[in-house]
Amino acid sequence: MNNVQLNHITRSYGTIHAVRDVSLDIRSGELFGLIGPDGAGKTTLFRILTTLLLPDSGEAKVCGLDVRKDWKEIRGIAGYMPGRFSLYQDLSVEENLRFFATVFKTTVKENYDLIHDIYVQIEPFAKRRAGKLSGGMKQKLALCCALIHRPRVLFLDEPTTGVDPVSRKEFWDILSRIKKQGITIIVSTPYMDEASLCDRIALMKNGVCLRTDHPATISASYPHLLWAVCGADMYSLLLDIRAYPETYSCHAFGDRHHLALKSGKHEMNDLKHFLQGRGHSNVTIEPLVPSVEDYFMNFEEDKLCM
Amino acid sequence: MKQFLSFLQKEFYHIFRDLRTTLIMIVIPIVLVVLFGYAITTEIKNARFVVLDQSRDVTTRHLIDRLDANAYFDFYKQVENFDEIETLFRQNKIKMAVVFPPDFSKNREIKTEIQLLADASDPNESTVLIEYATSIFQSELRRNSDFTSVGIVPVVRLLYNPQMKDAYNFVPGVMGMILILICSLMTSVGIVREKEYGSMEVLLVSPLKSVYIILAKATPYLLISFVNILLILGLSYFLLDVPIVGSLWVVIFLSLVYALVALSLGLLISTIANTQQSAMLICGMALMLPVILLSGMIFPIENMPWILQVLSNLIPARWYIVALRDVMIKGLGIIDILPELTILLLMTFFLILLSVKRFKTRLE
Repeated sequence: MNNVQLNHITRSYGTIHAVRDVSLDIRSGELFGLIGPDGAGKTTLFRILTTLLLPDSGEAKVCGLDVRKDWKEIRGIAGYMPGRFSLYQDLSVEENLRFFATVFKTTVKENYDLIHDIYVQIEPFAKRRAGKLSGGMKQKLALCCALIHRPRVLFLDEPTTGVDPVSRKEFWDILSRIKKQGITIIVSTPYMDEASLCDRIALMKNGVCLRTDHPATISASYPHLLWAVCGADMYSLLLDIRAYPETYSCHAFGDRHHLALKSGKHEMNDLKHFLQGRGHSNVTIEPLVPSVEDYFMNFEEDKLCM
Repeated sequence: MKQFLSFLQKEFYHIFRDLRTTLIMIVIPIVLVVLFGYAITTEIKNARFVVLDQSRDVTTRHLIDRLDANAYFDFYKQVENFDEIETLFRQNKIKMAVVFPPDFSKNREIKTEIQLLADASDPNESTVLIEYATSIFQSELRRNSDFTSVGIVPVVRLLYNPQMKDAYNFVPGVMGMILILICSLMTSVGIVREKEYGSMEVLLVSPLKSVYIILAKATPYLLISFVNILLILGLSYFLLDVPIVGSLWVVIFLSLVYALVALSLGLLISTIANTQQSAMLICGMALMLPVILLSGMIFPIENMPWILQVLSNLIPARWYIVALRDVMIKGLGIIDILPELTILLLMTFFLILLSVKRFKTRLE
């Protein structure tokens, strides 16, 4: 089975704890997301699972193989795409793919069906040097190279960071198609909006795994009623909402503020009056379905209150 | 095997697509050989001289012709008095002046002198000029007369390099330097670049054996250094007239062994350095400087304080340069350089062992 298990994995660099006591149970054929901001320990976890780093303590198994003892075997069955574009910029698209196919003891032909969907998109540029591709193309090529030996587990470290929204969308579509081949995919991302595209996610922060569950379950467990607030001067609006005595938390989310109040059954007109008193006209307040990001922000808020 | 070949092919792509670096690797040896051969040289060519001939007879004219005919000297003009000589020296027009006393031929049988004046503000050059001129006059006078001097005349004969040509000295030195530069620097930078760009991460997470990575990185540079060996030898033979007295095959074999030492040094450096810059720095400070200063290429090892003499034993270039001179200039055979060859091979073995041990199969 292509499952991945982590038991109380801890790893530190000097005095910095990169990963603290992380336990995960990733099922075979799952699209699993490691969600968290920079410095959450996602890359360290990937490196431990791909046998590039040894954990200080704890156990980890990839397809039943121990990352310490069976590292040689794991290196044959894992596909890894590091966070940084790490193919050869001076080699063409074709050459990169062929090189990695040979390195993994296979040929492009043998597993072409697996990468076909992705490769047709970059095939017009087959002769182009990899360094001259656009960000989205680079990621697709890197994915092809990581897939070319038909790995049983695919590790993707922030594959969509620095990629435009359209390419990001495409990339996630591709992932769900790869998943159908029975390959377990573990993907990390700092973008919370991508969390809902995973089967299950682990929320990470400062090396600690906060929670592991289905994205829908996590966002549904958001404990407060949530409101979206819009106005003309968004920044002073944010400050004024935070100054409102009944406000529990308020965060800027793009073009609107997500607001949670201390008591659930609060009269919204009071807030409107309060804000009008501070010079905000045309303020719209609407109820909002919480997302994973709201949950994540709230988690931090709660910790501060404790 | 297929993995290795594919890796090798990729290395050649890297090398040929980075044309600038490749050109530098080919051009540097040429530039160095030509520089050392023609520009940076202590040999003197075409030094201009004047003559104050107060005798003006057949012998003096003959001597002047002889001197002028020599490649080192150019006749500038005849002068009338010492003041004129001094003016010309001050104007930097001449390097040497020859003064014949009156009645030179007549007085020769008794005792006479030729005065040679040289500009000692450059002491090395003036010494060499005077020595050259003296020897030319002496041999000429001896040949053309039945006159034999009384007493013992030392006959100095310089063996192997009778003309004291610099090229004999620097060609082995330049070979020692170039091979270190190309093999060590390029190999270490080549491996460290993979670390820096992150591709090493992907390679490590593949079933590729680390021995393949190391070998595939080293092979292209061994080939390039082979080209360089032939290039330098060709240049020095045809352009600088340095003879290859010994066997050409022994010279090439010796150079390839030395290239191997340099390659393994590069491999070791790649296990220490994490960025291309630090690899270059280590190569520059830990390899180039010792090769130039401690190998005996420029400064004789015998003149160094004992601690530096001990240190120089650790410099591969030292053994290589000695052995190369033995074969190229003195014409010794492979048996005579066995000690040096053994030392170089032992160094290679030890360095490769160390770098394979140090090569990390993980990131840290």
